Amino acid sequence: MIAPLNHEQLLDLRQCLERGLPRVSRPYEDLAEQIGAHHLQVLKQMQQWQEQGLFRRVGLVLNHRALGYVANAMLVLDVPDALIDEVGQRLARAPGITLCYQRPRRLPHWRYNLFCMVHGRERAAVQAQIQALLDQHLLADLPHHLLFSTRMFKQCGGRFAPPPSQVWAHG
Amino acid sequence: MELDELTARLIDRYQHGMPLCAEPYLEMANTLGCSEKELMACLQRLELAGALSRVGPVFDHSRAGASTLAALAVPAERLEQVAARISRYPEVNHNYAREHHYNLWFVLTGPNRRHLEQILEELEKDTGLVPLDLPMLTSYRIDLGFALGGHP
Repeated sequence: MIAPLNHEQLLDLRQCLERGLPRVSRPYEDLAEQIGAHHLQVLKQMQQWQEQGLFRRVGLVLNHRALGYVANAMLVLDVPDALIDEVGQRLARAPGITLCYQRPRRLPHWRYNLFCMVHGRERAAVQAQIQALLDQHLLADLPHHLLFSTRMFKQCGGRFAPPPSQVWAHG
Repeated sequence: MELDELTARLIDRYQHGMPLCAEPYLEMANTLGCSEKELMACLQRLELAGALSRVGPVFDHSRAGASTLAALAVPAERLEQVAARISRYPEVNHNYAREHHYNLWFVLTGPNRRHLEQILEELEKDTGLVPLDLPMLTSYRIDLGFALGGHP
């Protein structure tokens, strides 16, 4: 029987994981030591979180730009509400689309409700790829816009876990 | 950076599905047919080139807390200053300039929705700019990272 982690250990583990797994042969022993637990307790918790769907994925988190994928475009479309699920599901399966989300409109400032991310090495190629995709799916007549990124100011993992003290600098 | 064959396979195979076991790097190395030491060296080269942010879990926004995509329309001469102000929040994990009237886009994550709203209110008060708040409603694609081959 492996004892579950206590509340404080759970929060500490979440914070450690958001910074990434230690790159040593037995990373969970390292984490266990940091939070004052046994590595089997940590591994069991990881498996539980995985089963509960807390992780979108576990693996390498890359910076596209450093790999030469400098053309990063956000495609936004204004899709009629009745069609959004169908269009979203179709675009999500298209090659080259890495994320595909429905988000709310904010009228009158923002009309677009479907967001797709596309990464590529060259701007012109990404533009051509997206145009081909819109043509193929008969979506080219929908209001849409392609927002290329011009500068990256910050990119790192999300910080969800509140610190154990529950005190927030911006609370 | 130029990718050697092993690093390319590592990237294609392990942006998701990294094993949850006592010695995950050894198991990954065995799957890829290399030694653990070679695998670690690949990861280190990627990190030194700025290509690897980290290894480990990417938390599901909706289950791990709250998140939103926010945007501001910033006058060009203030972009640098406002971007720096935004990047200082630990709750901001992506912050990009994009070509649009709304020219600054950032992702906020925190323990709950109220926490994010407080940050957006604070930003609006500080900058005089009204942010767009665009939380995800539906995800149509499971995030599996990106494929090296599938991009122009």
